[in-house]
Amino acid sequence: MPHPTSLSSFAAGARDTLPMLVGAAPFGVIFGALAAAGPLAPWQGQMMSLGVFAGSSQFIAVGLAAGQVGLLVIWMATFIVNLRHMLYAATLLPHVSHLPARWRFLLGFLLTDETFAVMNAYYLKHAHEPNGHWYFLGSGLSMYGNWQLWTLAGLLFGTAFPQLQTLGLDFAMVATFIAIVVPQLFRLPQLAAAVAAGVFAWFLRDLPYKLGLLAAIMAGVGVGLALSHWQALQRSARRKA
Amino acid sequence: MMYTTMIIGMALITVFIKAAIFMLGERAAFPIWLKEALAFVPVTVLTAIIVPMVLAPHGQDIELSWRNPQLVAAIAAVLVCAGTRRQLLTIMVGLAVFFAWQFGVLGR
Repeated sequence: MPHPTSLSSFAAGARDTLPMLVGAAPFGVIFGALAAAGPLAPWQGQMMSLGVFAGSSQFIAVGLAAGQVGLLVIWMATFIVNLRHMLYAATLLPHVSHLPARWRFLLGFLLTDETFAVMNAYYLKHAHEPNGHWYFLGSGLSMYGNWQLWTLAGLLFGTAFPQLQTLGLDFAMVATFIAIVVPQLFRLPQLAAAVAAGVFAWFLRDLPYKLGLLAAIMAGVGVGLALSHWQALQRSARRKA
Repeated sequence: MMYTTMIIGMALITVFIKAAIFMLGERAAFPIWLKEALAFVPVTVLTAIIVPMVLAPHGQDIELSWRNPQLVAAIAAVLVCAGTRRQLLTIMVGLAVFFAWQFGVLGR
């Protein structure tokens, strides 16, 4: 057993998440600075990090709020963007299903892309570790504390330099999104999905309540699905030939 | 007040999504098509948000010109990211080009 006590398991979870903490820090700062520059009050920026705790949906909400978008569209975007956590939960479920309900709720709330990556690797090596949930808690809580801290740093920075907004701080968000998207575009279905989403978003940009955004997401996902199915068909046809 | 409502709604939606499977356990079934569709969500959402911001930064007509710093810096960021696949480097180069173009080249 690598982690004999709950505390050592917790510490190991936090330690193994350290690279992720460093990686998330700049995103926390940029989010905080964007929130401070936009129409939200600084405490509302922190409240979003405390209560929502899902980076990309927070970026999207702040961006959309600055554009006077309807609540319903922001909530739908939140739902679509965060739906992937259900996949993570379904993957990890066999390792937490024996825990009491309050543990399962807490660990579910703390799920992020980063903690999922850490926990997935951990359970592959230690499938039956009795203190595994403490390791999960260590990873999740360290990500949570880290995100609060860097959000606060960004909020203070953005409040101290309010002129940043007129300098074009929103480009920080564009650059951040490019850094997330481009590495995924080396596969054809992903590239086609992105192109379709971009084209639809551009031509439908004047629809009210940013409905063009939702239409663009659906068009992009549809194109990506169609292309990946077509590729799978081609592969199986080649195998038969 | 409107933003507080927005945040509370977002928090409820996200907590539900994250905790539902752990709380329901094996009773939750997940269709395969949804799994496949979700893989395309990040790429499409983020692209759909930035394309109009880059092509028409003033929210009016298309600005396909070297005088559009958003466009120039976005192209630089895409090239750096495609070449190196390093996130932080991409963000820093993108911002550096943006500010250099805005203040250095265009003198605004």
